Amino acid sequence: MQSLGLEVLFKGKNFARLLGGLWAALKISLISIAISMVLGILLGILVGRKNRIAGAVMRCYLEFIHIMPQMVLLFLVFFGTAKAFGWNLSGEVSSIIVFSLWGTAEMSDLVRGAVTSIPVIQHESAMALGLSRVQVYRYVILPQAIRRLIPQSINLITRMIKTTSLVLMIGVVEILKVAQQIIEANRKSSPNAAFGVYLTVFLLYFLLCWPVSLLAKRLEKRWG
Amino acid sequence: MKKITLKVTAVLVLLTMVLSLTFANAESGKVYRTLDEIKASGTINIGVFSDKNPFGYVDENGEYQGYDVYFARRIGEDLGLTVNYISTEAANRVEYLETGKVDIILANFTVTAERAEKVDFALPYMNVALGVVSPDSRVIRDLSEIGEGDQVIVISGTTAEDYLIKNNPEITLQKYDTYANAKNALENGNAVAWANDNTEVIAFALENAGYTVGIPSLGSQDTIAPAVSKGNETLLTWINDEIKALAAENFFHKDYEATLVDTYGLDYEDSLVLEGGGVAE
Repeated sequence: MQSLGLEVLFKGKNFARLLGGLWAALKISLISIAISMVLGILLGILVGRKNRIAGAVMRCYLEFIHIMPQMVLLFLVFFGTAKAFGWNLSGEVSSIIVFSLWGTAEMSDLVRGAVTSIPVIQHESAMALGLSRVQVYRYVILPQAIRRLIPQSINLITRMIKTTSLVLMIGVVEILKVAQQIIEANRKSSPNAAFGVYLTVFLLYFLLCWPVSLLAKRLEKRWG
Repeated sequence: MKKITLKVTAVLVLLTMVLSLTFANAESGKVYRTLDEIKASGTINIGVFSDKNPFGYVDENGEYQGYDVYFARRIGEDLGLTVNYISTEAANRVEYLETGKVDIILANFTVTAERAEKVDFALPYMNVALGVVSPDSRVIRDLSEIGEGDQVIVISGTTAEDYLIKNNPEITLQKYDTYANAKNALENGNAVAWANDNTEVIAFALENAGYTVGIPSLGSQDTIAPAVSKGNETLLTWINDEIKALAAENFFHKDYEATLVDTYGLDYEDSLVLEGGGVAE
């Protein structure tokens, strides 16, 4: 095990620091995922209905988020708002804003797709039964749409968790940054530490994303 | 028709966003905190590297350490303020100052004319130059010792490559993309010497027996200095006075002996360390 450099993880508080970094990444992704799911579903329904102005605004928003690398968005929110408006947002808050903007955009697109994939006849039948517009969505369209959404939204969630590794560029010390710090601090005493430390980071990410995938599989089976 | 209206709306929305950003930018005044404002807040924000051992790194107890951090800690003590260390990357040091998100950058920041247009550098506290390392069997002490058939290793994209191409076009260069490949090439005897930042070659010669840094300082000397936001006069003056005052106690030599000596050894202390900004002798 000496050659993997795993011993550096047991020096001082190193392992606790790594877990602290994991928590920093998880906190940002969990909050952003929660915001994205709620806003994404609402916006997705709004666009799915044929409101022209809402559609145009949403298209601008979607295109803007799609063409921008997340890294640029992070710099835009963290440094850009400080330059333009003098806001002093912390790295965490900036990350949550960016990840929520991104997640909401992708989620609303998924929801729009799922909602429009439900045959129009279902809509019309429900209306014919005397359900109100809200009731049609609440009891007929959404329950079916959400089932169809599960695989892609799980994919989005895991992608959001993994992409938090970018927030180190705006000063948030998350798991990958802690890993780099540990490797560099021990550059002379354990030159091979990089492999062992990155392997541990890989395992921790895996432990985070794997249960999410498992849950998705179970849900798909139950509802499928 | 509808599609055109949609596209026009999209363009208008984007234009409004860009314009509002530009105008807001033009209106905004100073981004930085003056010395008095920093003192009143009780904390000073200092941007340092957190993964560049031995300049700025985090030890196993989660404490910031290194040559830059040693100085940062002293600044905090002398101002009577708590230091809030902010982990910066090489690529975002200028932005941190331009937005006032840190008060000082102390992150192995080389003074260049291009950077000086965007930030204000204080007096320097360290020298950097190029260096040339060669095997003990044939130590190159001057570039003129390099013969016609000899080759010199450089890493692509480094200042060493630029310097040799510009000033010594007669020398044949052997270029490698990574540090590891360059190191292998020298160890295999593919070339007579290796030119790189002097801190890198000095550390290499210390870590690997059988090699000597024949030319420890080549070309123009660059310096490492603290930097503050453009126009932050009060803080800049304070740092400059501090650096001059610290010369009396040989502060940066002590700093070197506490942080850099393991990597560079005692031989290079005087060529690397700058005391009092290099002006007060």
